[in-house]
Amino acid sequence: MDLVKILTDSLRAAIGVPAAAYALAATGLNVHFGYTGLLNFGQVAFMLVGAYGTAVTVNEGGPLWLGLLVGIGLAVALGLLLGIPTLRLRADYLAIVTIATAEILRYVTRSRALQSLTGGVFGIQKFANPFFDLNPIPPGRYGFGTFNFSHRQLWVMAVGWLTVGLILLLLTVLLRSPWGRVLKAIREDEDAARSLGKNVFAYKIQSLILGGVIGALAGMLLAIDTQAVNPDTFISILTFFAYTVLILGGPGRILAPVVGAVIFWFLLQFTDGVLRGALEAGWLGSAIEGNEVAAIRFALVGLGLMLLMILRPQGILGSREELLTDER
Amino acid sequence: MPPILAYIVSCFLLLGAPAAESIGGTLREGGAQGDPVAGVVLAVSDASGVVGTGVSGDDGSWEVPLPGPGTYRVSLDVQSLPEGVALRNPDRTELEGVEVRAGQRKSVVFPLGERQVETRSWFTRLANLAAKGLTYGSIVALAAVGLSLIFGVTGMVNFAHGEVVTFGAVVAWFFSTSAAGPGLHLLWAVPPTLLLAAALGAGLERGLFRPLRRRRTGNVALIVVSIGLSLLVRHIYLILVGGAPQPYRQYAVQTQISLGPVSMPPKALFITLVSLAVLAAFGLMLRHTRLGIALRAVADNKDLAEASGISVDRVILYTWALGATLAGLAGIFLGITQTVQWDMGFILLLTMFAAVILGGIGTAFGAALGGIIIGVATEASTFWLPVEFKVVVALAVLILVLMVRPQGIFGVKERVG
Amino acid sequence: MNAESSPAFQGVAPLPGVPKPDPILVAAGVERSFGGLRAVAVDRLEIQRGSITGLIGPNGAGKTTFFNLLTGFDRADAGTWHFDGRPLQGKRAHQVARVGMVRTFQLTKALGRLSLLDNLLLAAPGQRGERLAGAVLGGWRAQEAAHREQAEALLERFGLAPLSRHFAGTLSGGQRKLLEMARALMARPRLLMLDEPMAGVNPALRQSLLAHIQEIRTEGATVLFIEHDMDVVMGTSDWVVVMAEGRVIAEGPPAAVGADPEVIDAYLGRDHGKAAGA
Repeated sequence: MDLVKILTDSLRAAIGVPAAAYALAATGLNVHFGYTGLLNFGQVAFMLVGAYGTAVTVNEGGPLWLGLLVGIGLAVALGLLLGIPTLRLRADYLAIVTIATAEILRYVTRSRALQSLTGGVFGIQKFANPFFDLNPIPPGRYGFGTFNFSHRQLWVMAVGWLTVGLILLLLTVLLRSPWGRVLKAIREDEDAARSLGKNVFAYKIQSLILGGVIGALAGMLLAIDTQAVNPDTFISILTFFAYTVLILGGPGRILAPVVGAVIFWFLLQFTDGVLRGALEAGWLGSAIEGNEVAAIRFALVGLGLMLLMILRPQGILGSREELLTDER
Repeated sequence: MPPILAYIVSCFLLLGAPAAESIGGTLREGGAQGDPVAGVVLAVSDASGVVGTGVSGDDGSWEVPLPGPGTYRVSLDVQSLPEGVALRNPDRTELEGVEVRAGQRKSVVFPLGERQVETRSWFTRLANLAAKGLTYGSIVALAAVGLSLIFGVTGMVNFAHGEVVTFGAVVAWFFSTSAAGPGLHLLWAVPPTLLLAAALGAGLERGLFRPLRRRRTGNVALIVVSIGLSLLVRHIYLILVGGAPQPYRQYAVQTQISLGPVSMPPKALFITLVSLAVLAAFGLMLRHTRLGIALRAVADNKDLAEASGISVDRVILYTWALGATLAGLAGIFLGITQTVQWDMGFILLLTMFAAVILGGIGTAFGAALGGIIIGVATEASTFWLPVEFKVVVALAVLILVLMVRPQGIFGVKERVG
Repeated sequence: MNAESSPAFQGVAPLPGVPKPDPILVAAGVERSFGGLRAVAVDRLEIQRGSITGLIGPNGAGKTTFFNLLTGFDRADAGTWHFDGRPLQGKRAHQVARVGMVRTFQLTKALGRLSLLDNLLLAAPGQRGERLAGAVLGGWRAQEAAHREQAEALLERFGLAPLSRHFAGTLSGGQRKLLEMARALMARPRLLMLDEPMAGVNPALRQSLLAHIQEIRTEGATVLFIEHDMDVVMGTSDWVVVMAEGRVIAEGPPAAVGADPEVIDAYLGRDHGKAAGA
């Protein structure tokens, strides 16, 4: 087993485009779950409409910037659609409706009825060329040793992490304002917020839409990076990966999604490398086959999410005092 | 991401392990140039019985590995054909005397007709869809009752309930069909499976959720824990069962019987009747036994029940065990009518939610009736809509109910303060 | 302090539903049923402006449900109620709070993972920075600074100033009651509705809470409070309203209500007997 290669691969994953995209998706969830207490189990639906909004618009002949706008517009519409029937009800209902909608959207995009628009099961490819045409980095590979990236990867990474940075800046301003204070109050006790004259429903809708739009940006980033959208990319598990990222970092902390995403992708890649290395070296005998490594990773993420929620719900950045408040 | 996706896709394409001899083919509508037909169940048998079963994949191809060369009979389950697709020769559901030489991968053809104009009357079509929906709905009802009752007594929505359904299907598959299992007849596999399902439910409560409640873990945190559990368990199934749909060795293929305008395989009739009987028995149990009354008391008002001397913890434990047993049975039935698949329960979860919310979350009767309504409604919707939109119909019902009457048909509006 | 010393109630007959000289709140025909159970059926109730009115009644009398209906936390089946002449029925909870009718809760709702200061700042009405656009564009900081001064003064007054940076979740039960009252005051209520402000508060804090309630009235606000402790009710209220089985069965000055045989029958006798037995 080549430990150096596994480590450099893991480091590459920790700062790669998927990590940036998950940081964005988890940032959206942070607005929902970490700051407002909304249980959105369908973040992947926002990612899907972001990605497809972009890809379909470009595919139909529109410019890329219009595609991005369409993706954002669809995310706003989805937030309204999900929020209006559910946000006056118990927290569980939002969870149920969002996870169901996410699955439904995937079915609809892969359906034959919409194939002419969405490409059905085949999806849409090669729609982000204008984005790569803007790449100012000269062709080549950059880095040292095996730790290197192509000019193409660097360009997407730069834009991706820059987006993360800008969004976090915006959120810092928002969440430190009285507006952010109302969100946190709703998270703690929405009846108390109501009794003090806050229109809880309106704030929840705003939160759902804001976090959803950030999720849509994550979807666009993933789509642009691979130059492909496919309905089976946007499976429910993505939402729960993002939850794991968020809870790893610490819900209700601005930087949590970034810290969480970097660690999550490092660990995910590292486990994968070690498992595959052990497999090649024959240390696992016939207990595990090569194609089962991915399933093991998913299972481990599930286990990790459970254990984090049970043992350290305040994440890496959270403080003990938060736990002692014993509010819920 | 890409390796993960490639893996998932390959899971669906790998149908059974490669073997020296096999029988296979590709199912297409209206001849070689037509669209592939997925999800069709085929079985291969010899003089001693069924030796293997297969399901056509997204590209319409299927393959059944054989124990060795010989003469086999291949049968196609007409019930598993999508709506509007039929055999060109409706009587030719079985191919007799298919000879396979050593090392041969024999191809056989079941010619399918064009997706043609329906010759049956609209009444017959609707009646058949309703019957199919009733079967599916009674399975959903079985599964949803547990979900609803566990919510009723604990206040938690268990997002891992679908995995309990899969548990039943997978354990029965192990006992009856898996090469590593004891090879029981499916009927004999049912009792131990249900016992294990009950143990699983009780174990989850005792080992996980009760300790968490004791620690005053909030509802939102519990939901996240249950979704983590779902993720973990589902992928353990994937490792154990594999990605391909697995039919049971028994009952995979049956000839249809006719009841007036409705024709269905005997297994569907049997499953519907048994499900409804179990639900009725369960309802009587809730109404007339001490446990049932205690259960309803806890669901109604936990503090009051505790104050009147009911052991709330024990009632919750029994509810988990009972709910898991019903879910396990639903899993077996789903495995018989469709196939056993690692994520079948997770797919069913959305339908269960729709059923539970339609009926009124927390009530058993509501969940059962909601399940049957959702089952019939989704199947009947294929009369007007493409099959792909079946799940969309369930969700539409769910959202409509939430907007019009969020407490469901039988739920009581929550008292505030 | 008692009705005798409270000129506003001069000449008001101690009868259920009696009109008051200058009512701030008038409720008529308010009804609410749960299933077959009639939780609230108040024919008429007026609350005198600038008074402290105690609302008492046995458990299950419908006091809290009545509060919930008036403040928009629950929907009435029937009835109208006016606050300062404005109809409030059908209004949602936040709208009720905005017109100046602010309530607290029987089980305190401290916002656990917000500091005490933030708990109070949240309550300030009309904040520019609470609008999404306002929060992005800024321009709310001057207003916020003014609110901060008010909040710190209130925390000082309620003896919570040393804890102002701590999470509210770390407070004791009694401190939470204080915080909740201070927070309600921050919302500048004209009618403050307190649901059992003394429940679970130790005797030392009790005195300071009582003094605060008196002070609130002195500053011109009206107080309506639900309370179980008879001594508190009799010693603090200008007027006492008694509810049983959803209806207002008696009202009047504390002394008169305390002597009303119907009240003793419906409530005091039974409750006192229970207390003695316990």
